[in-house]
Amino acid sequence: MAAKFLATDKLTEWIAELSASRQVLVPVKEQGAVVFRPYGKGVTPVLDRQANVPPKGSIFPASQRLMTFTYTKNPEDLGQVAVEVHETVEAEPTVVFGGRPCDARGFTVFDRVYDCKKVQDPYYKARRENTLFVTLACADPENACFCHWVGSSPSDPDGSDVLMTPIEGGFLVEDVSKRGKALVASKLLTDGSKRAKEAQAVKDAAQAALGEAWSPEKAPAKLLEKFDDMGFWEDVSAKCISCGACTYLCPTCYCFNVTDERKGMRGERIRTWDNCMSFQFTMEASGHNPRPTKAHRLKNRVGHKFSYYPDIHGGVFACCGCGRCIKLCPVSVDIREIVRLSVERPVSKPEKK
Amino acid sequence: MPVLDELKAQIARRLPELDMVIGWGHGYDSLHRTPLFIENEADIDKLVFDPLCVHNLATYLTRHGNAKKIGVVVKGCDSRSVVELLQEKLVSRDNVVIFGLPCEGVADLGKVKRALTDLGLDIGRVRETATGGGKLTLTVSGKEVVLPMSEVMADKCGRCRYHNAVLHDEFAGTPVEGQAKDAYADVASFESQTLEERMEFWREQMERCVRCYACRNACPLCVCRDYCIAQSRDPGWVSQRDGLEEKFFFQMIHAMHLAGRCTECGECERACPVDIPLLLLKRKLGKEIKDLFDYSAGTELEIKPPLLAFKVEEDNINERGW
Repeated sequence: MAAKFLATDKLTEWIAELSASRQVLVPVKEQGAVVFRPYGKGVTPVLDRQANVPPKGSIFPASQRLMTFTYTKNPEDLGQVAVEVHETVEAEPTVVFGGRPCDARGFTVFDRVYDCKKVQDPYYKARRENTLFVTLACADPENACFCHWVGSSPSDPDGSDVLMTPIEGGFLVEDVSKRGKALVASKLLTDGSKRAKEAQAVKDAAQAALGEAWSPEKAPAKLLEKFDDMGFWEDVSAKCISCGACTYLCPTCYCFNVTDERKGMRGERIRTWDNCMSFQFTMEASGHNPRPTKAHRLKNRVGHKFSYYPDIHGGVFACCGCGRCIKLCPVSVDIREIVRLSVERPVSKPEKK
Repeated sequence: MPVLDELKAQIARRLPELDMVIGWGHGYDSLHRTPLFIENEADIDKLVFDPLCVHNLATYLTRHGNAKKIGVVVKGCDSRSVVELLQEKLVSRDNVVIFGLPCEGVADLGKVKRALTDLGLDIGRVRETATGGGKLTLTVSGKEVVLPMSEVMADKCGRCRYHNAVLHDEFAGTPVEGQAKDAYADVASFESQTLEERMEFWREQMERCVRCYACRNACPLCVCRDYCIAQSRDPGWVSQRDGLEEKFFFQMIHAMHLAGRCTECGECERACPVDIPLLLLKRKLGKEIKDLFDYSAGTELEIKPPLLAFKVEEDNINERGW
């Protein structure tokens, strides 16, 4: 890992340089919100706070065309219909610039699902391979942040290709991956090895500001114990309004829906973000819904992240601790509180009748 | 007796006849309040009432069927939602006990966020918060910041005509005097732009929408929720594509279905995680309803909402006289 230095006044120049050969997504301010948008002339990146919407869409778009299809009737025999299918794998080379370590780490949760021995999702893989992350370490965590609970930190390089740490007059820029090395080869970056200590102090201070971490290590077992304790789930979900803000803004929520949008003889198959907070998520064709209430649905969201996923993925939580589900929830549902209660509160109804 | 103490005493007295009382409690940090569900006396102590109690709790009334008897704590604006729900018979009067409050205005956390951003600070890093004396006093990243309420109050409060709960079974505190005028100046100002400019504005705003439906689900009057036509596949009114057309179409559905029912409480806009100024759409329709039917939703229990009624000759709609 080489330590380079980037002066603040060279920042825009570096982004412009990166954008010469690929798309660069940067956080920008719109109204009061910060969202990732393609960099272009006149675009001012906002780096002093976490974006409202994580850069999830860079690899896993909110709505993605998987294929187009056309039906053709045989004019000799109208009962005979042929279908032609075109796969549409699209993956523009991209750099996501200025996300937080939690934003980049989110995709490591995706990887275990969409790019593993059992499953290779070509759409995901193509974009994943074409997308690099130049991440900015957090110097001052927010109240809703809890990355240290889930095995991460404000300067976690996991999932990033390049990690920048803010220091006096600029940034210490470290390459994390092989591909990141190529990015930091720019002449705009100078030797930063003498500033590494300073950057380490920034990282340590951010970690210290988070305070002591509460460990969710017992959560996987405790959440399973509470699976049938609907009283518990009704209690912790009472204020939930059952919208999808927590899920859609989550860097690790990877569920999708597939639909055919057809007009006449042509159409396309698209994959869209779906969310387990939605009533329709488990709606079966028979009309039966195994998760009929918001209590069932919130149980799934918390259970998936802190029990079912870690159970099959070596104990890793499906959560990067970014805190968006807490701070952007219209009613401040706090997942930290729910996980804690699941561990600390005794089961009220251990056996289902 | 301070308002909060009086409210707590009223809740303690009525709680035995109720399944729950919904009020506000402390949230995850000093700046946030969160809906509180009081089921036993010990919970009453967690109750809070101050200008940070922004949520309209009436939205929970339609989530329990008619099986439960619920107490709900309401500010003036929130009480209008309860009244409208009663007018529309979506909630039964026998099943709700209204704890009314006087209110001098709540904070708009979006404005707080912008005010702090202007000072180079971030709303996510507020460590301490004090309310009172017409100001918010915050400690953010080691600095003390004083924000006058007049600058960070929700816009709806500046034009508020109903500071006190319009319908209540209990009322704590002393009613706030005065009634502001609301001539829909914001709508007029927006409409002074050309059609292209307005369309461009909404295009930019809708681009950010993630279709989380927080606007819909926070709304006390948007009661279809799980059965919303925006998510039905058959008929498929709105496709799963996430183009501007779909997003805008949903917001049009939302706004039109609330015409003459919306009390302009602003929960849609407050709930939006990406700051889309959705209330402006609702205000436009509110103005039209006011002009056509001289009706303000949720202000009088005995009146039938105009779009739930039928008149052969409408006073302000010239249907046959061209």
